[in-house]
Amino acid sequence: MTSIILLSVFGIVNLFAGFAKNKQVLLPLVLVFLAIVFGVNLLDWNNTQTYFSNMLTIDNYAVAFTGIMTLTTLLLLPFSQKYISNNDANLGEYYSLMLFALVGAVMMVGYENLIMLFIGVEIMSIAMYVLAGSDKTSLRSNEAALKYFLMGSFFTGIMLFGIVLIYAATGTFNITEISAAQASALSEGLPDSIFVMGILILVIGISFKISAAPFHFWAPDVYEGTPTLFTAFMSTVVKTAGVAAFYKLMVAAFAASYAAWFPTLVAITVLTLVIGNIGAVIQTSFKRMMAYSSISHAGYMLMALIAFNESSDKSILFYSAAYSSASIAAFGVLKLVQDQRRSHLYEAFNGLGKTNPLLAFTMTVSMLSLGGIPLTAGFFGKFFVFSAVLANPDMLWLVVLAVVLAAVGIYYYLRVVIAMYMQPAANYDTIRVNSFSSFTLIVLTVLTILLGIAPALVSELL
Amino acid sequence: MITALLLFWPALAALLVLLIKGQGAKKVAFVAALVEFALSLFALSAFDTQSGALQHKLSLPWIESAGISFSIGMDGISLLMVLLTTFLVPLIVLSSYKHEYKNPNVFYALVLFMQTGLIGVFVAMDAFLFYFMWEVALIPIYFIAAVWGGANRIRVTFKFFVYTIFGSLFMLAAFVYLYLQTPGTHSSDVNAFYQLTLSAESQSWIFWFLFIAFAIKMPVFPFHTWQPDTYTESPAQATMLLSGIMLKMGIYGVLRWLLPVVPYGVSQWDELVLVLAIIGIVYASIIAIRQRDLKRLVAYSSIAHVGLIAAGIFTLNEQGLQGGVIQMLSHGINVVGLFFIIDIIFSRTNTREITSLGGITQNAKMLSIFFMVLLLGSVGLPLTNGFVGEFLLLSGVFQYQAGFGAVAGLTIILAAVYMLRMFQGVMFGTKSEATENFTDLTFNEKAVLIPLVVMVFWIGLFPNTFLSISEPAVNNLLSIINR
Repeated sequence: MTSIILLSVFGIVNLFAGFAKNKQVLLPLVLVFLAIVFGVNLLDWNNTQTYFSNMLTIDNYAVAFTGIMTLTTLLLLPFSQKYISNNDANLGEYYSLMLFALVGAVMMVGYENLIMLFIGVEIMSIAMYVLAGSDKTSLRSNEAALKYFLMGSFFTGIMLFGIVLIYAATGTFNITEISAAQASALSEGLPDSIFVMGILILVIGISFKISAAPFHFWAPDVYEGTPTLFTAFMSTVVKTAGVAAFYKLMVAAFAASYAAWFPTLVAITVLTLVIGNIGAVIQTSFKRMMAYSSISHAGYMLMALIAFNESSDKSILFYSAAYSSASIAAFGVLKLVQDQRRSHLYEAFNGLGKTNPLLAFTMTVSMLSLGGIPLTAGFFGKFFVFSAVLANPDMLWLVVLAVVLAAVGIYYYLRVVIAMYMQPAANYDTIRVNSFSSFTLIVLTVLTILLGIAPALVSELL
Repeated sequence: MITALLLFWPALAALLVLLIKGQGAKKVAFVAALVEFALSLFALSAFDTQSGALQHKLSLPWIESAGISFSIGMDGISLLMVLLTTFLVPLIVLSSYKHEYKNPNVFYALVLFMQTGLIGVFVAMDAFLFYFMWEVALIPIYFIAAVWGGANRIRVTFKFFVYTIFGSLFMLAAFVYLYLQTPGTHSSDVNAFYQLTLSAESQSWIFWFLFIAFAIKMPVFPFHTWQPDTYTESPAQATMLLSGIMLKMGIYGVLRWLLPVVPYGVSQWDELVLVLAIIGIVYASIIAIRQRDLKRLVAYSSIAHVGLIAAGIFTLNEQGLQGGVIQMLSHGINVVGLFFIIDIIFSRTNTREITSLGGITQNAKMLSIFFMVLLLGSVGLPLTNGFVGEFLLLSGVFQYQAGFGAVAGLTIILAAVYMLRMFQGVMFGTKSEATENFTDLTFNEKAVLIPLVVMVFWIGLFPNTFLSISEPAVNNLLSIINR
C-alpha cells in the first residue's frame, strides 16, 4: 500500500525534477526512489492488510510480484543513459510515466475488486501508450503508439463489458463475494449464461494485455516501433502484472466455474505457444523475434495458470522473475547495439563476441535462459511450469507440445548467439558501453545464473 | 566428498584457465586435468569393489520443499565412466598441443567446464541433477565445435544442438512425470524412481520419452543423422570429446535411468530397440566402407560400435551389460586414439582423403605401429580391448536370440573390411604428393598414444581388472530390473 502512495508521489516529484537544468540528477533520483519503494514494499511481507473498504489487499502474493516488478524497473533504467546524453527534454516525464505504470501494475497484483483491476489496467496502459510514442520523430514509434492505443482502448472496453456482465449476474464487484455468489448459484444448479459470458469476455480482455494469441496482433508492430527501453518494460513488467492479475482473478473469483473457462484458456494457451514460437522463427529482426518470444513466454506462464493447483502461483512468480531478468539483459544489449549500429536485425550483432565480449556473454546467458537451458533461471522456470501442469496427468499432451515448441525456441535464440560468435565482424566498431550499464549487465547475468543454481531463493517465497 | 571434489575441480580450474592469456592456458589445463585424474585414482583406491552399492555419497538439499537434492555418488559403473573421463581428458588436452587455437584460454576453459558436466552426468543420483549436468556438458561442446570448427560448422553444430535439446526436453518431461508419481512430498532421487510401480501403459510411453533422449546422444539408428557431420566439422579435440566420452552419456543414461526405472516399458520395446541397433550396425558399417574421408569413416564406425553396445545392454543379461560397460571403455580409448591419429595425419598433409594419402609407413614407423594397434583394437582382434567387449556383447545378443546375434556378428567382419581398407589406403602403397615428407611422431604425440595403447592391451589381456569393478553394480542393476 505504502508502495503505491510512494510511487505516485515519486512520479510527481520526478515530473517536476524534469524541469531541472542538469538532467544528470534524474537517473540517480529515480533509482533511489525505486530502491526505497522496493524496501518499503518488503515491510508488508507476512502482513496482509486490506485498504479502501476492501478495494485492495496487499498480501504476500502482491508483495512478491511488486518486488519483482520494482526490481525489474530498477535494473532496466540504467540503460536509459543515452537519453541523458542527448539531453532529451522529456526525460523526467518518461521516468514519471514508468513510475505511474508501475502504480497500475501494483494495483493489478493487489486488487480485491474488479473496479480496482480496471483502474490498475488503465493507469498502466495509458502510461504505456504515451511511452510507445515517445520517439516523436520516428514514424514507427508513432504508429506503435496509435496502434497500441486504439487496440488497447478497444480491449479495455471489452474488459469493462465483461466486468459489467459479471456485476449483472452477481450484483457485486468484490472478487470474494463473486466467488461466494457463484458457489451458491452452482449449488442450486443454476446455469448462469450471463455470468459465464462475463468471465469469457473478461478473459479475452486480459489476454490482450498479456499479448496472448489470438489477441496478439498488435504486439510485434508495437514492440518493434516502441523505443527499445520501453519495449523492455512492456514485455517484462506489463506482462508480469498481467499474468499475475489473470491468475489472481481466476483463483479468487472464478475458481468454482473452472469447468466453464478451462477449455477456452487451454485453447488460448495452445495458440499462444504455437503462434509465439513459430512466429519467432521467421523473423529477421532480433527485436521482432523478441516480440514473438514474449508471446510464447506468455504461453508458458498461461500453462502454469491452467494447471490451476497449489504450485501455480510460485511457478508464475518464478517464471516472471527468470523471464524478466533474461529479457532485460537482452533488451539492454539490444539497445546498446542499436544505439550505435542503427539496426535491430540479427546482422547488427555480427562479431559482437570479438568486439564486446561482455555484451556477447550476457546476451548468450539471456538467450540460454529464455531457451530454458540448465545453469540458467529459465530452465527452472520451465521445470516448475511443466511440473505444475503434469500434476494432472491428462495434460501430458500439452507438456509434449510445449517441449517440442521449446526446442523450436532454441532455434531462434541461438541465431543471435551464432551471429555474435561465429559471423565475422564486418568492420563494425566496438560498442561503447558506460560502466554503469556494464555493471547492470553483470548483475543481471549473475542473477540469471544464481536463480538457475538456487531457484529456491524465489520459488519458495509463496 | 571426493565425488564433489571430482565434480567441481574442473569447473574451478576452468575459471583459473580463463584468466590466463596466451598459449600458457593449455599447460595449466593439462596440469588441472592430471590433478583430476589423480583425484579419480584416489576415489578408486578408496572404493570397495566387492559392493554394488553407491559409494562416496554426498547428498545436500537443493530445492528442499520440492524434495530435489544435490545427490551424488558412485557405483562400479559410474566409477569406470569417471575414470574413463579423467583418463581421456588430459590426453585430449595434450593432443591439442600442436594446435594454436585462437583464444586458447576460452577453448581450454570450455574443455574443463565440459568435464564437470560429464563427471556430473556419471555421478548424479538425482534425476534433475542428472538432467542439469546433461545440459551443462552440452553447452561447452557446442561452443567448442561451433567456434573452432570447420567451414560448415555453423549449420552442422546448430543441427546437433537443436537435435539433442529436442531429445533431452522429452527426458525432462518424463522425469517430471516420474517425479510426480513418487509418494509423499515427491522425490527425484534415483532410488525413489527405482521403487515406483507404474502401469505398463505409462511405462511404455515413458520408455520412449527417455529413449529418444539417450538414443540421440549415442546415437542409435535412425537418430544418428547429426553425428557424422558434427564429428567431421568439429575440431579434433571436440570430436574426441564427443565420441570418446559424450556418447557414453547416452549409454550410461540407459543403464541408470531407463532400464531400472521402466522395466516393463523395456520389456515391451526391447525387441524393436535391438532391431534398430542391429540395423544401425550393418547400415553404418556398409556406409563406412564407402567413405573416403577418414574422419567420416571413423564416425560411421562409431555408430556401428555403439549399435552393438546398445543391442547388448538391451538384452538385459549379465554378459550383455558387462560387455556394454567394458566396451564403453574400449570404444572410448580406441576412437580417441583413431581420431588423434587422423588429426596427426591431417596436420601434416592437410588432407583426410584416403585416395590422396598413402605410403606413410615408409616414413613413420612408430605411427604405423600405434595406428595398427588401435585399429585392431577397434576391429576386435583377440588380445586387444575390443575383443573382450564384442565377445561379451555378442554372446549376450546370442543368448537373447541367436538370429540377432548372427546378424550383429557381421560387425566384426565389416569392421575388418573398412578398417583394414583405410589402413591400406593411408599407410601402404606408394607415397603421394601429400605424404612425401611425412615425419614420424613427436614426443607429445607419443605421450598421448602410449597410454592409449597400453590401455588397449591392458583391457585386452586382463579385462578382469575392470570387469570386477563393474560386476557387483551390474548385478545390483539386474536385480532391480528383475524385481
